[in-house]
Amino acid sequence: MIRISNLQKSFGKLEVLRGIDLEVARGEVVALIGPSGSGKSTLLRCVNLLEQPTAGSIVVDGEEITAPGFDVNRLRQRVGMVFQHFNLFPHMTVLRNVTLAPVLTGRLSAKDAEDRALELLARVGLRDKAAAYPDSLSGGQKQRVAIARALAMNPEVMLFDEPTSALDPEMVKEVLEVMKRLALDGMTMMVVTHEMGFAREVCDRVLFMDEGQLVEQGAPKQLFSNPQHPRTAAFLNAIL
Amino acid sequence: MRWDIIPVFVPIIFQGVKITLQISALGILFGTMIGLVVGLVRSQKPANPVLRLLYGLATLYVEVIRGTPFLVQLYLMYYGPIYLFRLDLPAMTAGIIALSLNSGAYVAEIARGAIESIDRGQMEAGRSLGLTFVQTMRHIILPQAFRRALPPLANEFASLIKESSVISVLGIADIMFKAKTVGTAHFAVFPALLVAAVYYLVLTGITSQLVRLMERRLGHSDSH
Ligand SMILES: Nc1ncnc2c1ncn2[C@@H]1O[C@H](COP(=O)(O)OP(=O)(O)OP(=O)(O)O)[C@@H](O)[C@H]1O
Ligand SMILES: [Mg+2]
Repeated sequence: MIRISNLQKSFGKLEVLRGIDLEVARGEVVALIGPSGSGKSTLLRCVNLLEQPTAGSIVVDGEEITAPGFDVNRLRQRVGMVFQHFNLFPHMTVLRNVTLAPVLTGRLSAKDAEDRALELLARVGLRDKAAAYPDSLSGGQKQRVAIARALAMNPEVMLFDEPTSALDPEMVKEVLEVMKRLALDGMTMMVVTHEMGFAREVCDRVLFMDEGQLVEQGAPKQLFSNPQHPRTAAFLNAIL
Repeated sequence: MRWDIIPVFVPIIFQGVKITLQISALGILFGTMIGLVVGLVRSQKPANPVLRLLYGLATLYVEVIRGTPFLVQLYLMYYGPIYLFRLDLPAMTAGIIALSLNSGAYVAEIARGAIESIDRGQMEAGRSLGLTFVQTMRHIILPQAFRRALPPLANEFASLIKESSVISVLGIADIMFKAKTVGTAHFAVFPALLVAAVYYLVLTGITSQLVRLMERRLGHSDSH
């Protein structure tokens, strides 16, 4: 589904990604962990070209998205993203947040988009908040709306960048629950997270990044209980 | 002090209100149009060399206008065309152009500030959904920026109305011109200016009320 080869990204002199090689299969759920500044967000943002890679290639569903002249808007319609700070549109109702992109991109008629949005809102447990404005929602509710908004484009891949890091502890669960159901439904997902419980329970594979490199990867059980690389061990020690 | 003359002045100076309103309204209209375009151009430094040039020109325009007195701009606009092209602009036209260009620079800074004040995540969220830059600007960034720009815009419009009094030096019969002429004729400049002051106060008051009304109408656009 996603094949990343020798991906490099620099901001000026700062090398943030130093040759990442990674494949994610269709329906696979991978967790991306690592210390702050290791390049997790940058890697994720390269996959939907919010950041333009400096070198290397990324292939999504057989198409090389890093090829010159590739239509980024079409790519992004197939790759959904959920942000740490939700980034809901505060001047629109919840419903409009979800219908906006399908309608503007000509995917769905206004009517169909609304039906679909209500269905998705029901799926994240927020059908009754359709007419509300984001201001009036809790953090957990906002993030669930953001997930519904991304799903409204029918993406083949979902990227999550620390989706629960800005939430109060009591709201983390409701969001992880939604993500877990999405994973069980077969969505291909890349999740940057500090929720090791989620990584262990839901993810097929855990990738440990440090200083712009993929240091180690493996099944959650194996990586958590028996890390091969000293840097992985040190990181896990520090957070667990 | 001849207070008794005030009732005589009130209707005469009122004739100037129409002209002041006219030039101010046109100044606000054209100033806003100029300001929106210039503000948009200035809201992000582009990599493209053509757009970069446009950005440079927009910056130059804003700096020149903000760094020179309106009176000087007005005279330049009035005498410049005659001097350079033998083109005799009517005073009214020169006045409105000068006022629009002046206001455009200030509106541009307000627009730029408002656009830049919108969280970067909003643009990223729009783009990540597959919307184009223009779609994201139009449906997500600008509506929020507009709401945020309203209070400073209200200030700008009020100061434009006040600033428009400067145009009376070209002999345009606005509030200020009427007050000066009628006051001088009756040897009662002070009462005439008092009447003018009240008219300006009313006009600026109405303007800020209108903008505040609009702000309330827009409701939900702020914060997140
Ligand atoms: N747009 C940018 N311009 C310059 N430097 C950047 C930019 N984005 C990220 N960086 C730098 O790149 C490095 C990696 O950032 P990134 O956000 O990918 O790390 P991260 O692993 O997601 O960290 P965190 O856990 O704190 O979110 C950091 O040093 C950061 O300062
Ligand atoms: Mg990050």
